[in-house]
Amino acid sequence: MASWQWFHRLGSPRWFYHKTGPWLPWLTVVALTLLVVGTVWGLAFSPADFKQGNSYRIIYIHVPAAFLALAGYYVMAICGAVGLIWKMKLAFMVMKAAAPIGAALTFVSLVTGAIWGKPTWGTWWEWDARITSMLILLFLYLGIMALQSAFQSREAADKSSAILALVGTVNIPIIYKSVDWWYTLHQPASLKLTSAPSIHSSMLYPLLLMIVGFYVFYALVLLLYTRLEIVKREARTGWVKELVNHEGTSGGPSDGLSKEDR
Amino acid sequence: MRFYFDSLSDFVQMGTHGPYVWASFGITWGVMAYLLLSPWLRQRRWLRQQRARVRRDQAAKSAQR
Repeated sequence: MASWQWFHRLGSPRWFYHKTGPWLPWLTVVALTLLVVGTVWGLAFSPADFKQGNSYRIIYIHVPAAFLALAGYYVMAICGAVGLIWKMKLAFMVMKAAAPIGAALTFVSLVTGAIWGKPTWGTWWEWDARITSMLILLFLYLGIMALQSAFQSREAADKSSAILALVGTVNIPIIYKSVDWWYTLHQPASLKLTSAPSIHSSMLYPLLLMIVGFYVFYALVLLLYTRLEIVKREARTGWVKELVNHEGTSGGPSDGLSKEDR
Repeated sequence: MRFYFDSLSDFVQMGTHGPYVWASFGITWGVMAYLLLSPWLRQRRWLRQQRARVRRDQAAKSAQR
């Protein structure tokens, strides 16, 4: 079955490690360029909001961080499912790698939301539906990180984390719909796939740059965490031993290619 | 496209919202720098430790002979 070959290859941590190594410098350059341009544009060149003034500029990090907090949960849950169903080692490694990144981005969206809330709503925190469901998302991420270190057996840790990740997906549609179901404090979405955005293009373009920048950044960081997990779990295999020996004096994790792999 | 603010101090203060905006961006960039550097540095350290262990093992073996 030639069409399934890529799938089996994808299951090989060694293949994944060597394949993704050369991508890292490119992803770094693209992510940092997008994020720097988007930040400068959003902070200094886009106009102020006529209602909220300058505090609205927090949108340029708050919305992309929240997007990736949710997208990162999909990544983690899908990898958990793939790991459970096909017993793919690599899927569990990606799942484990996704948890701290998702937790950090959820934390960023909660903190920037709180800071934005103070001048806009007059309060740092409110038990609003959107905010509460995002807090639950943070606890899900932290729960998975805790489960990962709670077991002696690698297999038990992976399986139980995958199950928690899958159960936690119940929270995702609640987060999306919370601003429509309970119209409390958080404003409804400014960007929707199904309709025209409700913000002006002078604010939309830097926001889109930041969102794309956050996606590329996420991909980069997910690769870095996964690669670290791969070498640790595969430490006893021949190819990692070879990697340890061959990796010259520079010792950077990106140059993990031996000659025959190139 | 042009600089939105009248002056640099106007840019820093952003009306009264400067502290909120700058704190948000500062925290975000800080967290992102950590996300980027932490796995990279940890992997570098891990590879160094492994290499040192291999060298120790080899030294022990040759001392036995």
